[in-house]
Amino acid sequence: MRVPGFTVRSVLQSLLIVAVLWAWWPCAASAVGLEEQAQLLAAELRCPVCQNLSVGDSPSEMANQMRELVREKLKHGESPEQIRAYFVSRYGEWILLAPKRQGFNWVAWLLPFGAILGGVGVIGLVVRRSVSRSRAPREAQLPPLDPRYASRLQAELKEWGQ
Amino acid sequence: MATWKKLIVPIAITPILLLLAYGFKTNPREVPSPLIGRAAPPFALSSFDGGTPGLEQLRGTAIVLNFWASWCFPACFEEAPALEAAWRTYKDRGVMVIGVDIQDREADAKAFIERFKLSFPNGPDPQGRMSIDYGVYGVPETFFINREGTIHYKHVGALTKGILTAKIEEML
Repeated sequence: MRVPGFTVRSVLQSLLIVAVLWAWWPCAASAVGLEEQAQLLAAELRCPVCQNLSVGDSPSEMANQMRELVREKLKHGESPEQIRAYFVSRYGEWILLAPKRQGFNWVAWLLPFGAILGGVGVIGLVVRRSVSRSRAPREAQLPPLDPRYASRLQAELKEWGQ
Repeated sequence: MATWKKLIVPIAITPILLLLAYGFKTNPREVPSPLIGRAAPPFALSSFDGGTPGLEQLRGTAIVLNFWASWCFPACFEEAPALEAAWRTYKDRGVMVIGVDIQDREADAKAFIERFKLSFPNGPDPQGRMSIDYGVYGVPETFFINREGTIHYKHVGALTKGILTAKIEEML
């Protein structure tokens, strides 16, 4: 049976591509893994000598030394969590650009969403109010139907068989 | 219903204003060290004069560990004479002053030491390991390590005779 659009050759080609990708992925991941992990960790750490820059973004010497230390710790088999904990033990939670999701820190995480929801609610209320206001006067301002036109409308409707 | 509507705006805004007020009250450049009251991270410095003062060998000695740089003007220039005076005053009473030169050039650091006639051990921190281990985020920063090897106090900015005397006396 031949399914239109699918040939044995195309199926085999697809399987070959999947197999090659499957074999290549772990090698590539381990090669770039360490550097990528170091960059991700550096992006989470606040540069101590800069204003609002991460260790990953800062060109300062101290940030450079911190990036090197992160790489070294990863090479020695320390996990990202252990490295984060090391920097927090030295600089306090201040070193983390994103506060940990615990205790009072939840305010920083939830407040923006609360503000967005509140803003959406206010906009919704304002829009609803302005729509109902613009409708109400129009209905109120409609003049009563002139009796002459009312009788003519009735005549026309009869004529058109309505 | 009308009262509730009148109150909703102040109720929503007040916590945000309080949070902002708290934020404006704090100094963003001031970072409280989590190391106070904890064991000082071990170190072994290779000083410019060839010595290797380390924390392990200095157990039982009160240490004034000062992070500085020759480019740190005027704070490091202001505190250098006070540090040298404290070293000369307290060295026979079981106090060690150690200078750690960070993010600097060796020639400039040596010129600084010569300029202020610093006689206490000073050494570089070329990889920044010691600075990071102590959570240093600028110069000058000074750690007062007591005889038990615990960090007693951290001072950010230029030291004065008053601060040095008070903190050293507390450790003795």
